[in-house]
Amino acid sequence: MKSILQGLSIPVLALALGACSSGPQPQEQAESYPEPIFTAKRLLPPEQDDLDDLTAVYDPWEGMNKRIYNFNYHFDQAVFLPIVRGYETVVPKIGRTGVSNFFNNFEDLLTMVNSALQLRPKKLLHSTGRVLVNSTVGLFGLVDVATAMDIPRPMEDFGQTLGFWGTPQGPYLVIPFLGPSNLRDGLGKIPDAYVQSTVKSEVLSEPVDLTTTVLYPIDTRANTSFRYYENGSAFEYQMVRWLYSTKRKLDVDQ
Amino acid sequence: MTITKTTQQLIAGLCALLFASLTFAAVNTVADYDYPIKDRFAATVVGTPEGYQAKLPESIPFKSRSIVIFPERVTPDVFFYGHELLYSVALQDHEAPLIFLIAGTGASHNGSKNTNMAKAFYQAGYHVVSVSSPTYNNFVIAASKTGVVGHAERDAEDIYRVFEMIWAELKNEITATSFNVTGYSLGGFNAAFVSKLDEERKSFNFKRVLLINPPVSLYNSISLLDRMTQDIPGGINNFDKFVDKLMRAYTSTYEESADAGGEDFLYKTYKALKLKDEELGALIGTSFRVSSASLVFTSDVMADYGYIKPKGLTLNRYSNLRVYNEVSLRLGFTDYYHEFFYPFYKAEEPSMTRDQFIASMSLKSIEEYLHNAKKITMMGNVDDVILEPGEIEFFPRVFGDRATIYPYGGHCGNMNYRDNVAHMVAAFTEGEIQ
Repeated sequence: MKSILQGLSIPVLALALGACSSGPQPQEQAESYPEPIFTAKRLLPPEQDDLDDLTAVYDPWEGMNKRIYNFNYHFDQAVFLPIVRGYETVVPKIGRTGVSNFFNNFEDLLTMVNSALQLRPKKLLHSTGRVLVNSTVGLFGLVDVATAMDIPRPMEDFGQTLGFWGTPQGPYLVIPFLGPSNLRDGLGKIPDAYVQSTVKSEVLSEPVDLTTTVLYPIDTRANTSFRYYENGSAFEYQMVRWLYSTKRKLDVDQ
Repeated sequence: MTITKTTQQLIAGLCALLFASLTFAAVNTVADYDYPIKDRFAATVVGTPEGYQAKLPESIPFKSRSIVIFPERVTPDVFFYGHELLYSVALQDHEAPLIFLIAGTGASHNGSKNTNMAKAFYQAGYHVVSVSSPTYNNFVIAASKTGVVGHAERDAEDIYRVFEMIWAELKNEITATSFNVTGYSLGGFNAAFVSKLDEERKSFNFKRVLLINPPVSLYNSISLLDRMTQDIPGGINNFDKFVDKLMRAYTSTYEESADAGGEDFLYKTYKALKLKDEELGALIGTSFRVSSASLVFTSDVMADYGYIKPKGLTLNRYSNLRVYNEVSLRLGFTDYYHEFFYPFYKAEEPSMTRDQFIASMSLKSIEEYLHNAKKITMMGNVDDVILEPGEIEFFPRVFGDRATIYPYGGHCGNMNYRDNVAHMVAAFTEGEIQ
């Protein structure tokens, strides 16, 4: 599950809300059909509303979210996955690992900043240690020496920092290209992206910086085993929504 | 569900648990067996810790493919993604025997169990063709003729059709020196009926067949699994609290661990958690419930039966499925059996009673065939949690020496254990002319 969740957020592509198609409105008029054998009335506790559901997540924008989810699926099939397959064919495994390590180093940098913002010394120590070791001995992050040295790898982002200081997740939000999120975490991506891009443009030459901007989403997708509609659930939208929200809740708590 | 029915089920469940330990001795099991997890529920949940797993290649050319089984089928828009059946192959670059793998309940062609089996058989020199369980969402949508799955013979026909159509494409690419089939759990059960069907159709003339941890009676096994869901502390309406507790324990372990996910990690978590058997049972039941909820909804849409979705109502990809998700999570598989599955097939054969129907969904219904078909072997565990007390005895009685019963492993927990993987491969290669 970790793999499903960690990579669904690909915090580099800009938010672009243009592409969500508007299909027919799905207003079911259940009254005009015969009742099924097992109705909600018969099975669900009386007065249950959607926030009492077994897999409840606050999702007032479900209609829009589902359309974006659908767009993301098509984008994934038509653009993203073919690019990833090409990348995996052209770049050998050792090169791809180096690329992943390089980006992980920038993620560790975010963990460093956000651990500081949450006043968490242990995580700050670990992430700082990782960045220092990997940026130097690890050749600008290309080699993950820190993991070989058994330095734990905590993950903290600005969404978690907001959560740590009491900000609720807010409405569930599917972000175009990036996937599942919520209002808090979605907004949290902005300062994170700002920090990363500032540091990157500071330490990298312009052509390298540009290359990494192109490679980051590809690397992230390549490391994400999630495939749309291949997990066997007829309720994938709900399942992903619930898993994402639960995971984020636990991430903030721990 | 009435209170009396629930009470009866609970009592039956308790009896099953109490007497289960007493029946273990009745069957001869494999001696010198070092699989480390002796608790049947823990084994089922955890699997095989890394140090005990068979050595398999890290990666093999196991590729996903797709095929259209019913070109004229108009796939409902809510399942727009499921028109083509997905399956996986790992092909040798020379002529070789071919093995079909059938996944277990709700599992896919590229799930972890099928992937591991594919590695073992590919390493042993086989062309591997892996298909999802007929109960897997994509299979129901793309490849089930009726959409109402769980039927011993109908599922076998669906699987056989899929095998034939896949082979029709593959035979242009590879040469197969023989055809073989195996499956675990429900897939093992399916393999038995597929083998029997092959005796009539003769498209493959299967050389060897291996059933891994199959249920004997589907009805008995789903009843056991339904009862386990009732072990959720506070019942299904407290499902979220139960899962929350497990997830918290799980993440506290993963904070310490570099790599969360593998069976080794699960083993550590299990040791740290000290879960009670009922809780482990509830976990198994919950996982089964989540896949059966999805299956029941899928079948209802495909057959437009009016089980939880109003008959005639068309859903599309944007429809809100909340009610169906919530309702189906609260229904047992036995509810599906009585209110949908049986009535659906009874309509075709009105004289069939409920008991006759249940009896036909059992390996006992093809006992004579299984007894005489020397090509079929089976491996099972004496402590399998999906078998009723005493049911394990069916296998040595019917298969004789062709049944191998392990003393531990729960339900499929030992499938990655080195002895079991070696056994799986040997079941096909032993006596083979190299």
